[in-house]
Amino acid sequence: MADFFNIAGVERMVSGHTSQIGLRYVDHGDDWVELAFDYQPKLAINDSGVLASGPVISLIDSACGLSIVARRKVLRPMATLDLRVDYVRAAPPGKAIVARATCYRIARSVSFVRCLAHDGNADDPVAHALATFFFTGD
Amino acid sequence: MAAGSPYADMIGARRNRATGEPILTVSWSQEIEGRPGFVHGGVIGGLLEMACYEALTAEFRNEPLPRMKPINIAVDYLRGAVPIDTHAVAHIVRIGKRVANAAAVCWQDDRSRPIATARMHILLDR
Repeated sequence: MADFFNIAGVERMVSGHTSQIGLRYVDHGDDWVELAFDYQPKLAINDSGVLASGPVISLIDSACGLSIVARRKVLRPMATLDLRVDYVRAAPPGKAIVARATCYRIARSVSFVRCLAHDGNADDPVAHALATFFFTGD
Repeated sequence: MAAGSPYADMIGARRNRATGEPILTVSWSQEIEGRPGFVHGGVIGGLLEMACYEALTAEFRNEPLPRMKPINIAVDYLRGAVPIDTHAVAHIVRIGKRVANAAAVCWQDDRSRPIATARMHILLDR
């Protein structure tokens, strides 16, 4: 974790809303990042405690953006261009959600990322996502 | 299902009936910040999704509301969302027996300059 968060500016990407949902760093590699959040009742979409998909979108968006940093080793200002999420199956309340985002291509202005989210077994995902980001210019 | 839920309360989303449409509004707070000075993309995505649920709920005002489950959402981010009020509303493109298709739009001070749009499929469990 230490080497990743030594990249200037990365710590600012895990404050604000990401701390509101309790986002935490799990692991990273050359072109991927894993983030997670634990289940909390405040993240539910109804009174039966079913997890809202908003926090899942936030988790995926953050993991996808950071995977570009992991691949590029430098933080450049960027913004999400589009994000498509398939909710592959329902996530039962109570479990942590883990997202692994892989940046598979960085072009001059646009980066391409895919992401799988699961609640304990990576072979049985709860969501699959594709995203593109663009560098906002430095 | 959306407004009034713990998640909606957490990000500060509330119903806004100023125009009679099922609009949701979120005020700026540090808690919804993503990259410095901008609303987190996940909050915008979550707001667009809840706007879809609100629009669908309004369609069922005269019949039993089915259980609604998200199938997928595709969000296009058009402009950075700055630290002011953010609004979202959706319209239902089609309701089938089992699937509904919704289109949502999100804006800030100028409704003619959207900051994000989304398409969403929702499974109707009835």
